[in-house]
Amino acid sequence: MCLAVPGRVVGIGERDGTPMARVDFGGVVKDVCLAYLPEIEVGEYAIVHVGFAIQRLDEESALATLRLFEEIGALDEEFADAWARAAAEAESPPEEENR
Amino acid sequence: MKYIDEFQDPELARRLLADIARTVTRDWTMMEVCGGQTHSIIRHGIDQLLPEPIELIHGPGCPVCVTPLEVIDKALEIASRPGVVFCSFGDMLRVPGSDRDLFRVKSDGGDIRVVYSPLDALRIAQRTPDQQVVFFGVGFETTAPAIAMAAHQAKRLGVRNFSLLVSHVRVPPAIEAIMRSPHCRVQAFLAAGHVCSVMGTLEYPALAETHKVPIVVTGFEPLDILEGIRRAVRQLERGEHRVENAYPRAVHPQGNPVALSVLREVFTTTDRAWRGIGTIADSGWRLADAYRDYDAEHRFEVTGPATGEPAVCRSGEVLQGLIKPHECAAFGTACTPRTPLGATMVSGEGACAAYYRYRRLATPRPEEAVSVD
Amino acid sequence: MTDTTAGTADWSCPVPLRDHPVVVMGHGGGGALSAELTRHLFLPAYGGETLGELTDSAAVTLGGARLAFSTDSYVVRPLFFPGGSIGDLAVNGTVNDLAMSGAVPAYLSCAFLLEEGTELSTVGRVAQALGAAARTAGVTVVTGDTKVVDSGHGDGVYVNTAGIGLIPEGVDIRPQRARPGDVVIVSGPIGRHGIAILSVREGLTFGTEVTSDTAPLAGLVQAMLAVTPEIHVLRDPTRGGLAAALHEIAETSKTGVVLDEGAVPVPDAVATACAFLGLDPMYVANEGRLVAFVPRTHTDAVLEAMRAHPQGREAAVIGGCVAEHPGMVVARTGLGATRIVDPPIGEQLPRIC
Repeated sequence: MCLAVPGRVVGIGERDGTPMARVDFGGVVKDVCLAYLPEIEVGEYAIVHVGFAIQRLDEESALATLRLFEEIGALDEEFADAWARAAAEAESPPEEENR
Repeated sequence: MKYIDEFQDPELARRLLADIARTVTRDWTMMEVCGGQTHSIIRHGIDQLLPEPIELIHGPGCPVCVTPLEVIDKALEIASRPGVVFCSFGDMLRVPGSDRDLFRVKSDGGDIRVVYSPLDALRIAQRTPDQQVVFFGVGFETTAPAIAMAAHQAKRLGVRNFSLLVSHVRVPPAIEAIMRSPHCRVQAFLAAGHVCSVMGTLEYPALAETHKVPIVVTGFEPLDILEGIRRAVRQLERGEHRVENAYPRAVHPQGNPVALSVLREVFTTTDRAWRGIGTIADSGWRLADAYRDYDAEHRFEVTGPATGEPAVCRSGEVLQGLIKPHECAAFGTACTPRTPLGATMVSGEGACAAYYRYRRLATPRPEEAVSVD
Repeated sequence: MTDTTAGTADWSCPVPLRDHPVVVMGHGGGGALSAELTRHLFLPAYGGETLGELTDSAAVTLGGARLAFSTDSYVVRPLFFPGGSIGDLAVNGTVNDLAMSGAVPAYLSCAFLLEEGTELSTVGRVAQALGAAARTAGVTVVTGDTKVVDSGHGDGVYVNTAGIGLIPEGVDIRPQRARPGDVVIVSGPIGRHGIAILSVREGLTFGTEVTSDTAPLAGLVQAMLAVTPEIHVLRDPTRGGLAAALHEIAETSKTGVVLDEGAVPVPDAVATACAFLGLDPMYVANEGRLVAFVPRTHTDAVLEAMRAHPQGREAAVIGGCVAEHPGMVVARTGLGATRIVDPPIGEQLPRIC
């Protein structure tokens, strides 16, 4: 379960004494309750579930994860099975890894 | 960085798949706990792309599936009462109770409203003070803080015509129950990322240690799921059993401390029945005594006859991967996606519902049948 | 669905809807429940071969002329939404049903069901929109009716329209004609109408507004037929979206449909709104789109003609018709796997899991 979507905080306000944010989900903007992330700032990303921001998204670790995925391909030298071969054929040139 | 497209890249997916294939040397069975992950796996066809030795068992992590019949029947009873506005997430409307569902109550004149957030239900209560507004609070630890905040605010603002029918469930006791089952086939868990966004990961090391089972906190995009599987396979092949966080951009070990403190204030741990599995000790939350005035079960005094699960249904065994769906006598006859008996047929991603659909493809298998261009 | 269940075989009219002995919203949702209601309750009661074909509009012969004849009722809420109103839908919906048999729509009837207490200015705005849409579509409203129901017994304004049009010589467009080898084309990005409506109901706002795609498609169809009369199937994917439309075609023609998911055009805002609400764009309603099954040899020319027409500028090939898995729609995912695109059961609801 837990359909939660990343969105960018574009404005911060208040309703009934509760901190609220305007959050932009790739072009769709929705009011979101900030009660659980009161310190998030405009421009930061949060994971939003049923109208609540539940956690801040960390760009550093997102980039680190993606770098890890890139490196997994780069280490791909010796292999014998079909899966690895198929992956190797689709592999992009090595300089791609250093972007 | 938009945190979505980047984690759906087909090229990186192929690399992860290749690495999994390189690593795996024997059969492994793992369970993704969360229904959201099951959805993603089926939606993107990840199960078809994995190397043969890896079997995924779809876990019980879907509130639609596991909310017990008894609670559904209570919801139906409250929703049928005059003067009640019954608010629910859209998911719960089609879940069958003993003799009907919320759609049916609506067509009989019940005021059923689909809301996106429990705060929307609270606002309906503020606007219509002469109606009793009830919110159906289901879900795992991810959803519980939102329900808790609605209760918290109703109390703070003195919204007396608002109450909650609460049936929350917690992941760690479910993992514990699955591992304790004598026929358990699960060798590793993909833990639910967004549950851990709220709760953190500190509940899991003891489980991993006690049951010698790798637990990998996993996200929801295709690359996240493949990375969760990849790490689980690595641990299994090395004979390790650690808790790993494969979703660090959204999960910190301590979780969300503000949410945790509100959860502690509003809820109390309780035993909870899981549809198709049975009662698991301490596996749920109910409203704490301080919030009794906002408890719909208390306010409407619904006790209801104890409703039992259909005896023929073997969804509990399916959930644990002990039998295949078609080995159940009710499969495809008494039990279909339109007339589901158990958890695994109720949800579109449940093992029985998925099996029911794919069975129709028969031969050739789906990947071989594709012949466009 | 020929081989699906032991359950359906023993269903008999008029009580096939065993799990729903009363009408539920899903019976009007364009999905499996709607289809069952028609097949098991209305069809046996009315009889007749033409109705049995279950096309968007009926093709009938009258005085030597081949006519398309169709009716539809409109109960949309809100009455006015980004990009249109119930007045636009009432014209375009019926015009498009006629166009899906290749007909040139000519005349409409229009009935208003008004709730007591509704502002006359509201009715006036709907009528103005309806008149303007009729002029745009090139049809004339030639007869009408008005009824009023008690306050509380209606949603302000309901509209029913019926229409007739002439089917050109040599044109035979029916779902039965889908053939393995046909190419499946969609006339433009999907999901805008449904999301425009939902955005109002769910309080979503958009950076760039998502407007309904409501539009008359008869001109586009005639432009396609000018290329070749050999178009096999046309369907406007309204309620139930692309998934429902393709399912009906696959079932009726006993063929399979394979989609290339990445080729299905979905506007960014629609994709995001769907992700947010837990919906699948394939099931979201369209009111100005069509899907066409075209023999492979004519694909390029038909596509070119579509792209030259204002309603088909973003037309795209999204898949094909196959002999395998008759009655089923499967999609090839972005990762290269396949998934089954289920028929919608009832209306799509926002979900959390």
